[in-house]
Amino acid sequence: MKRKLIDNTVQALIYLCTILSVLILAGIIIYIFVKGLPYVSLSFLTSVTSPLKGTKGIAGNIVNTLMIIIMTMLMATPIGIGGAIYLNEYASNKKLVGIIEYATETLSGIPSIIFGLFGMVFFNETLGLGYSLLSGCFTLTLMVLPLLIRNTQEALKTVPESYRTGAIGLGSGKWHMIRTILIPSALPGIITGAILAVGRIVGESAALLFTAGSAKILPKTLMGFLEKPFYSGGTLTVQMYLSATSEADFNTAFGIALVLLIIVLLINYATKLLSKRFDVNRGTN
Amino acid sequence: MENTKIEVKDLNLYYGDHKALKNINIDIKEKAITAFIGPSGCGKSSFLKTLNRMNDLVDVARVEGLVNINGKDIYDEKTDVTLLRKEVGMVFQQPNPFPMSIYDNVAYGPRIHGIKDKKRLDKIVENSLKGAAIYDEVKDRLKKSALSLSGGQQQRICIARALAVEPDIILMDEPTSALDPISTSKIEDLMEELKKKYTVVIVTHNMQQAARISDYTAFFLNGEIVEYGKTNDIFSYPKDKRTEDYITGRFG
Repeated sequence: MKRKLIDNTVQALIYLCTILSVLILAGIIIYIFVKGLPYVSLSFLTSVTSPLKGTKGIAGNIVNTLMIIIMTMLMATPIGIGGAIYLNEYASNKKLVGIIEYATETLSGIPSIIFGLFGMVFFNETLGLGYSLLSGCFTLTLMVLPLLIRNTQEALKTVPESYRTGAIGLGSGKWHMIRTILIPSALPGIITGAILAVGRIVGESAALLFTAGSAKILPKTLMGFLEKPFYSGGTLTVQMYLSATSEADFNTAFGIALVLLIIVLLINYATKLLSKRFDVNRGTN
Repeated sequence: MENTKIEVKDLNLYYGDHKALKNINIDIKEKAITAFIGPSGCGKSSFLKTLNRMNDLVDVARVEGLVNINGKDIYDEKTDVTLLRKEVGMVFQQPNPFPMSIYDNVAYGPRIHGIKDKKRLDKIVENSLKGAAIYDEVKDRLKKSALSLSGGQQQRICIARALAVEPDIILMDEPTSALDPISTSKIEDLMEELKKKYTVVIVTHNMQQAARISDYTAFFLNGEIVEYGKTNDIFSYPKDKRTEDYITGRFG
């Protein structure tokens, strides 16, 4: 009788926890939708805020965000995957590998603002890049590298040893084996890591405030776009921070929040889709 | 009497400080099945791996002595390991098809060695699958993942994959120990076929298997070859007391 009472109580408490967490989550999403939706319009997405023209929009920030994502991933993905392949497949000094793994683990856990501070001192000042998208990209590359390396390593570790010996036993060279067997087998894990990294970039604000600055203008010429990496540019999250603080424009802040929410939803969906698409074990049943 | 295909002289294998193989001397005959038997950890698998230099993958492994295949020292500096492993194919204990289609699995080896022509690959894949006695079972689904097959079928795909590079010698490391009895007997029948064209060396835990299929048997114990000879002689008239004890099931 007593046991049954305890069982029921625990079950009720666990249900309560679930309901509470789902309600909080749903509450936040609904709140952002309700507060943000009235301000998200085509002109909000396609124009630049200008007191002179009286327009209000986040087109510049969207472009900045996209440029930062693309440039950072172009730098970080090859380095991260290459580093992970070296650590897992080539490095023979197990002690050194252990130290590097410990370092990447630590680096992936430290607050992004520390990367920002480093980036500001090193890229902005020492290298003289100033507040610029490029400086922001370098800083974010440092920030997401540990994540990419660790995810790729984990993915490589799940590839059975027998695939390696099988390929080598047929006379395959090491790089051929890595290219034709290991990377395809590990691809779902590598893609998941890359998309998580994109998520980190989209959500990052502290490190970028220090390095990429907050400009929201949109260049008018092709040359302007090409030169853009060398100029200051604020991403959506940076603009959201500014809107909600110094500019005291909460409507814009909620509009951006909604746009970010949708972007993150799309990223998560893409992760699932791509991991499934590239899963070499699909169609085995 | 058949010709000697693999000639091993005074071979020692070390894993770090541990001496895993001691003074191995053996002549393996062409177009015959040679079985290595012995208890776990006796060195028979390690020895098999020295024959196509798979031990190169182990950092701490070191080989002394001579291994001549077709009269060439395979541990010579000038040996191209890729070509050696084309000549000396290997089938592993666990079926290990790659996570790709049946066709791509079998074509993997020929592609390494530079064959790109689609028609030629088609022919090689078909012949190899026929050679491994699995063609009829898979001919309608060559584009399907090899992982969708049963364990026994997967192992025959792996044999086909090894045949596709046209080896001289096929090393098999306990190829049936992970399979059910029906699949095992299919693979044993296949080995009888294979020995007409290839030199087959098989490591087996299963003494009945060695007695059933092999022409020659070597009994390994503690890193040494205790006895080597015609399978009939080894199983009927073992010369060494330890061989007799092992095959009559007194240990191992």
